[in-house]
Amino acid sequence: MTAAHSRSGEEVCIRQHGDGPLLVRHADVVVTDDGREHEVTRPVVALCTCDRSQRMPWCDSTHKSVRRG
Amino acid sequence: MKPPSPRGPVSAAVREALISESGAGFLTVPLPAQVEDMLGDDDLQLALWMLYEQSYRLFDGAHDHEWDPAAVAVRRRLEQPFEEQLRRASATSVADALDTSDDIVFQIEHTISHTPGPDLARFLHREATRDQMLDFLAQRSIYHLKESDPHSFVVGRVGGPAKVALAELLYDEFGASRPERLHSHLYAVALDAAGLDSEFGAYIERVPARTLAVNNLMSLLGLSRRLRGAALGHLAAFESTSSVPCRRIAAGIERVGLPEATAAYFHEHVEADAAHEQVVLHDICGNFVESEPTQRAEVLFGVAACLYLDGLAAEDLLGSWGRAIGGELAS
Repeated sequence: MTAAHSRSGEEVCIRQHGDGPLLVRHADVVVTDDGREHEVTRPVVALCTCDRSQRMPWCDSTHKSVRRG
Repeated sequence: MKPPSPRGPVSAAVREALISESGAGFLTVPLPAQVEDMLGDDDLQLALWMLYEQSYRLFDGAHDHEWDPAAVAVRRRLEQPFEEQLRRASATSVADALDTSDDIVFQIEHTISHTPGPDLARFLHREATRDQMLDFLAQRSIYHLKESDPHSFVVGRVGGPAKVALAELLYDEFGASRPERLHSHLYAVALDAAGLDSEFGAYIERVPARTLAVNNLMSLLGLSRRLRGAALGHLAAFESTSSVPCRRIAAGIERVGLPEATAAYFHEHVEADAAHEQVVLHDICGNFVESEPTQRAEVLFGVAACLYLDGLAAEDLLGSWGRAIGGELAS
């Protein structure tokens, strides 16, 4: 199970709208199943929940089919 | 930047007045009595762009006329047909979205999925030549070198959770405390790496009317409190149609052999905008419409106007490369 932590002790906030990605706030690091740590460099990040992202653990919107440029 | 070359009598008069100390020339700008197609009018769009640009920077050799009443009056005379044309073009789409659901997020997503347009990102991904890619990067520089600046004007005009979420999104756009991650700076780095000029406005002369209109729409919505809902809707459409296209454009940049530093700007936006899309739909537009229910149609107007104009600008870009437009490129 992927986990998100905050080194400062601030409570990590995780939300999901519908079947979209997990929106994670206040995290410094995301730890994936394989034990790898992924540094969080944004105020809010989206974690893939469809397992089809090519940039795991981050959502790359592969779950969508968007035609527009 | 230097003030751009005029494209007709109105932009010539506005340019002259901007450079003058008195600004008296704003009183005699030869504005047309009627405007048939404001979106496609090079002279009028450039004049409006120059007037808006005063709210971001001073042209070389120009004087400050941002709040000169005569300059504002010219701006208003150009904004009126601009907004009216966009409202006419968006009316059906807004009405359709309002009929579809009571959920603003669903309404926005419905509008996005039901608005046709040429698939510029797919073309850039698979087919564009190196020169076409460079042309795309140059024309986009008119916006990306001041990325998010127009939407930043809206923060002070909304409240509560929507304001917090908008500030959060903009904080990320503005580098999240790291100047080297400022998105407009990343775009300048991308241009430099590609051998292009990263000075703001360097390519204004090659930007056609409807691409100027894309930029003018953001200033129109950002600079008016009345249009705050449309500004948020515009942001929603912009962020929700960015992640997947950016992935394709980055791959196209790599395909034509441009440097990694050029592709990096678009790679950055794949992950950033996947998160921003969620933030803008649910936390910004959802909370905003809950706090100001009468603004729902305005948000949808912003969505529809953004998509409509982006489609026209993409048609012009593809058309200038001799590409068929419309459904042929979409698959």
